[in-house]
Amino acid sequence: MKLFKLWLSMIALWAAAPFALAQTEISFFYPVAVGGPVTKIIDGYAADFEKENPGIKVKPIYAGTYQETIVKALTAHKSGEPPVTSVLLSTDMFTLIDEDAIVPIDNFATTAEDKAWLASFYPAFMQNSRTGGKTWGVPFQRSTIVLYWNKELFKEAGLDPNKPPATWAEMVSYAQKLTKKDASGKITQYGVQIPSSGFPYWLFQGLTTENDAILMNDAGNEVYFDKPGVIDALQYWIDLSKKHNVHPPGITEWGTTPRDFFEKKIAMMWTTTGNLTNVKNNAKFDFGVAMLPAAKKRGSPTGGGNFYIFKKSSPAQQQAAFKFIKWITSPAHAAQWGIDTGYVAVRADAFETPAMKQYVASFPPAAVARDQLQFAVAEFSTHDNQRVTKALNDGLQAALTGTKTAEQAMKDAQVEATRLLRSYK
Amino acid sequence: MSGEAAAMPASVTPAAAARLRASVQGWLLLLPAAALLALFTHYPTIATFWHSFFSTPKGARGSVFVGMDNYRQMIDDPIFWQVLKNNAYFALGTIPLSIGLALLMAVWVNGRLAGKGALRLAYFTPTVLPMIAVANIWLFFYTPQYGLFEQVVGAFGFTAPNFLGTKDTVLASLIVVAVWKEAGFFMIFYLAALQQMSPSLAEAAAIEGASRWYFFRRVTFPLLMPTTLFVLVNAIINSFRLVDHIVVMTKGGPDNASALLLYYVYEVGFRFWDSAYAAALTMVLLLMLGALAVGQFLFLDRKVHYR
Repeated sequence: MKLFKLWLSMIALWAAAPFALAQTEISFFYPVAVGGPVTKIIDGYAADFEKENPGIKVKPIYAGTYQETIVKALTAHKSGEPPVTSVLLSTDMFTLIDEDAIVPIDNFATTAEDKAWLASFYPAFMQNSRTGGKTWGVPFQRSTIVLYWNKELFKEAGLDPNKPPATWAEMVSYAQKLTKKDASGKITQYGVQIPSSGFPYWLFQGLTTENDAILMNDAGNEVYFDKPGVIDALQYWIDLSKKHNVHPPGITEWGTTPRDFFEKKIAMMWTTTGNLTNVKNNAKFDFGVAMLPAAKKRGSPTGGGNFYIFKKSSPAQQQAAFKFIKWITSPAHAAQWGIDTGYVAVRADAFETPAMKQYVASFPPAAVARDQLQFAVAEFSTHDNQRVTKALNDGLQAALTGTKTAEQAMKDAQVEATRLLRSYK
Repeated sequence: MSGEAAAMPASVTPAAAARLRASVQGWLLLLPAAALLALFTHYPTIATFWHSFFSTPKGARGSVFVGMDNYRQMIDDPIFWQVLKNNAYFALGTIPLSIGLALLMAVWVNGRLAGKGALRLAYFTPTVLPMIAVANIWLFFYTPQYGLFEQVVGAFGFTAPNFLGTKDTVLASLIVVAVWKEAGFFMIFYLAALQQMSPSLAEAAAIEGASRWYFFRRVTFPLLMPTTLFVLVNAIINSFRLVDHIVVMTKGGPDNASALLLYYVYEVGFRFWDSAYAAALTMVLLLMLGALAVGQFLFLDRKVHYR
């Protein structure tokens, strides 16, 4: 038996000889949520990183949508072999902490240089990455909501094509001019569309933030759905279709919203900055991108994914993953990632790189999301996140389809969310 | 069998040895399928049943025995009752319609008509298409303002509702997709059964002067009963098995109006990470399907005419 072990280790040594002695392999799960050759880009980054860091081997694994990726990562965690690192929704932070699946980034960022690196991200993105005084995620592919408008339709309606609505009142009055009816009185073109399928809470958070209301506390164990500011924001959304008739009735589909915009069925739409490249390639007309209009102030939630480091990996792997994350979020790479995909570069100094400066100069809409970040808030996220979010989503859809009043819907959602969160107090 | 083998004396008659060989061979042939079934069907079923009596482990908090708590939670869960109701409507909407259509199409393409090969293929096409692609196509059919249905209805001067965005129409819209998808598949079974039917029956009926409807009602349909039973079992299972369309088209919305039981199980298990409650929900689904299958084979079987 001893001899056999010796023999085995000799074989292993011989096999490993051509490689550097301490080769650390890090597996890395990532989702793809926007168009474009994302897998190719990621593989390219991994290869570049390996060239600069010969001791580390990065194994990027494409894992589907965000939802599929967290299913795979958490299932792997429960079976004892999680990926070393993964890009997952920033809002999954509480879920991952509750599952005891991840370790705080502070464990690794110990030097002054590392701490400076952690401090360099836009604060709006860090809001979803920190809780209880610890940093759990590193912003990577992040986005916000912006307003896209069709300049041609603005001109037809007698509006200044270069002036998007800046306030809620303006958005309604513009939308009234932009809503067209045919001879029989049927509406053929709506002024504005805020999609409400799948994850209406995210777009709703744009409205509540502008109305100077917040939906949850930092600890993620309390929500404020039934506050007047929140109910008013929902009433505004309902009124767009019920009262002003400038927004399509019922639930509007997130996936077909860009298409509605291309088909000129809507003149303005609210959607993610991640759609920028899509709209740029498919809109057959001149379009503009603007910050969301203000009620009491400007505002939008952030969205998208963070890097997390998993607990059950070896310390050497975790260190290697930390090195990789630091590398891929350095100013030059963050800028490149933003240009390649349409995501907002996650740190201010990325916008100072020559490549990014040139890109923004040739395509100014790319800077809108960045400029909006100073008004941005953390995306809605609590403990038992998906369940609490569902309570909010169900309430919003009930109100938008007219089965409940705004007030009733938000009160019901508040009761349900409070019940779900009682064990996290 | 093992008892028989153990009791076997040292000297065995050739006949007994041959019998033993045959039965060992039979069991060996069954083994791969039985092993796979046990591994991927029976074991998970028992494990799910077991887990449904425990709490969901969360991080440091391990799983503890909670008895019927998960089932009690179900009784208090309004969404569970809503999806159950939705699923009942969905089953009632899809099953009779898809079976009726399948039968109609099968009789139609079984007759002598030009281009019946192409017609059969056309009816079968929806079954071949991948579910996700199909759902994405239908998503655009249902789109308000410029979707296919809106354009058709609009040509007559009406406005179509926002099919997937209104609580009253969303489930019916999903039923239409499911019927469209399944009728062609069931048609194949009916067609196969019709092709096996002896033409002499039709000839005899024609000589007797029976009308086509009478012949169908009294001869064809009763002879198709075994097929109908098989198709019915499949249709019921399918109506409880639909997930893909919902994920693509509605995500169960608006406000749970289109959520079905299996979709809810997925949501609880893999979005809420409440595996214990998901296990309890799965047991309900299994029990319901099991009861339906047993009921069908016990009661309907007697009324079915086998040749």
